[in-house]
Amino acid sequence: MTISRRQFVVSALAGAGAASLASPNLSFAQGSGPVRVGLLAAKTGPLASGGIDMELALTMFLKDRDHTLGGRKVELIVADTAGVPATARTKAQELVEKNNVHCIIGPLAAFEALAIIDYLTEKQIPTLGVSAAEDMTQRHPSPWYVRLTSTSAQCAYPLAEYSFKELKYKKIVTIADDFAYGHEMCAGFQRVFEDNGGKIIQKIFTPLATPDYGSYVAQVKTDADAIFLGTAGSNGFRFLRQFIEYGLKDKIAVIGGMTALDESVLRNMGDEALGIITTSWYSATLDNPLNKVFAPEFRKQFKYDPGYYAASTYLSGEVLEGALKTIKANAEDKKALMAAIRGNNVDTIRGPIKFDEFGNVIGNVYIRKVTRTDGRLVNSVIKTYPDVSQFWTYNKTEFLKNPVYSRDYPPAKNLEL
Amino acid sequence: MQFWIIQGLNSLSLGGLLFLLSSGFSLIFGLMRLANLTHGAFFMLGTYFGAIALRDYSGLNLWVTAIGAGIIVAALGGLFERLVLTRLKTNPLGQVLVTLGMAFIISDACLVLWGGDSIPVPTPHNLQAPTRLFGFVFPTYRLVLVAIAIATAIGLYILIDRTRLGAMIRAGVDDRQMARAVGIPVSRLFTIVFCLGAGIAGAAGVLGGPILSAYPGLDADMLPLALIVVILGGIGSLFGAFIGSFIIGFIYTFGTVLFPELAYIILFLPMIFVIAFRPQGLFGRLGT
Repeated sequence: MTISRRQFVVSALAGAGAASLASPNLSFAQGSGPVRVGLLAAKTGPLASGGIDMELALTMFLKDRDHTLGGRKVELIVADTAGVPATARTKAQELVEKNNVHCIIGPLAAFEALAIIDYLTEKQIPTLGVSAAEDMTQRHPSPWYVRLTSTSAQCAYPLAEYSFKELKYKKIVTIADDFAYGHEMCAGFQRVFEDNGGKIIQKIFTPLATPDYGSYVAQVKTDADAIFLGTAGSNGFRFLRQFIEYGLKDKIAVIGGMTALDESVLRNMGDEALGIITTSWYSATLDNPLNKVFAPEFRKQFKYDPGYYAASTYLSGEVLEGALKTIKANAEDKKALMAAIRGNNVDTIRGPIKFDEFGNVIGNVYIRKVTRTDGRLVNSVIKTYPDVSQFWTYNKTEFLKNPVYSRDYPPAKNLEL
Repeated sequence: MQFWIIQGLNSLSLGGLLFLLSSGFSLIFGLMRLANLTHGAFFMLGTYFGAIALRDYSGLNLWVTAIGAGIIVAALGGLFERLVLTRLKTNPLGQVLVTLGMAFIISDACLVLWGGDSIPVPTPHNLQAPTRLFGFVFPTYRLVLVAIAIATAIGLYILIDRTRLGAMIRAGVDDRQMARAVGIPVSRLFTIVFCLGAGIAGAAGVLGGPILSAYPGLDADMLPLALIVVILGGIGSLFGAFIGSFIIGFIYTFGTVLFPELAYIILFLPMIFVIAFRPQGLFGRLGT
């Protein structure tokens, strides 16, 4: 028997709705013991910086709630994926089969997530993802997967529009790491920027392991108004330093995607970062009641600002808590849990969020500018784009008929040679 | 025109950095016939020492830090050679595996000690302003780095070619058995050369810092480059390492600029050809 994924989601939602109507008196028909939550985080290897933050934030979230969500104890089991897909797969299997987890949070990197998603779908484990690969919530969604952060391009759309309409940039160069995340982000940025009337005059992709950025920096076309950094981790930061050494910062403005100047990068930077505009679904400076609790507390405990990675798991905790409350913490009923996660309409540290039918988040995206506050560099929010969808303003059906974003799609027609 | 000049200078500066990285590797490989896979980790250790020292102690400057890091890494290298490698003298494969294991240990230790963020190594203040030449700009520090690489090459040349120690090293490289037979303390020589090689790597790590920054994975990024340079240039030949560094610097830079999709193919192809058709490398002293 085959059920399409979409049908399945819809029926799962309907089923959960019926169940919650029928079961108010059966509230504690749950299994004994705590709700077991598995966290897949890369705590060693090159992605370790983010992975460690993911664990710290989630641990803090649970500790603040006395390890109790929706009235039931929660046990967190952390597994180190080392940033390696095969390890992620082994650890996911261990979490499911040995630790019997009720749901999984993470992993960070798209290649890790892609390595485990079929397995988790088969085992029907609700997964709260933070990785960005577009198709996981587009052409190949899983009924058991939701994404709380952003697709690769989701945060780039508002910045592309902002660059054209408010910053009045006409020509932009993009640079990103040469893998799917970078391709997708630059493609999305290009699409919106060019649909607005701008031109992407050069696209540079650098290998993930690029020791020396000098030769790339020297190629950047200096008649551009700005350069868009679609990098992740330390690469953007290292590129930027060379960019300055080559005297380019006075000629070309720098703007960046959601990971380029993340708080985790910013804390190792100096004045060279001042004034750079980036986009993200989060900033440590967000002025909402929940973040006013989270960010200062994280800062107090760990002596630095939370960024993308820390916020992503804390956010997962918030969504999970909301869902567990809805289903009276009966995590054994995985369909109900998944439906409750998807049906969530909670306030979070990133603002109010909800999910589309593909399991992808719809929420605020913030345009931020690096400023110095209290002696440290922070991403100050200068504009909020509310309820940004992974399809931006495009028609969903049309959007999904196109191929997934890549190095060559959509084609760049305005490159200068 | 400007394109060629700038990228040419880029190639030179990368070549300089590669020579600082690979000269120690070449020395060790030449004398001990040991592909020291810890070399990238020694380099990274130097970068981390530099980054941390310069961040936490404002009085230090890059040059002093480079020398200090060189000495510390040399000492660590010496310990490693004395305590571990000498015991495996008759087991070359074991030695290579041990150096690989050590590389993993060092890189994980760095991660535990200094976390996963990349930490910048500041460029010295007086070298921060770009140099302006004929209407184009180029980072001053990179030019200085080329000068340092050339000075190091000259220094090593004098050491190897003009001193008694150098003569002993050369003898050891050419014929280890015979050198032993005429009374050269080859074992002690091994330790000295290992310290020297590790020390240069450590200092190079600091000097490369302003371009590279300290980050987890730096060791794995740099090690293959050292291998390529040494195999291309010729095992046991410092001159080969010098020329090899600049050849690779040019190939890497122009490869990434002109054929970005093929950058790695262009980088590794010459190495494969050299191994296939001239196994001793361009300037190798060893027959195989």
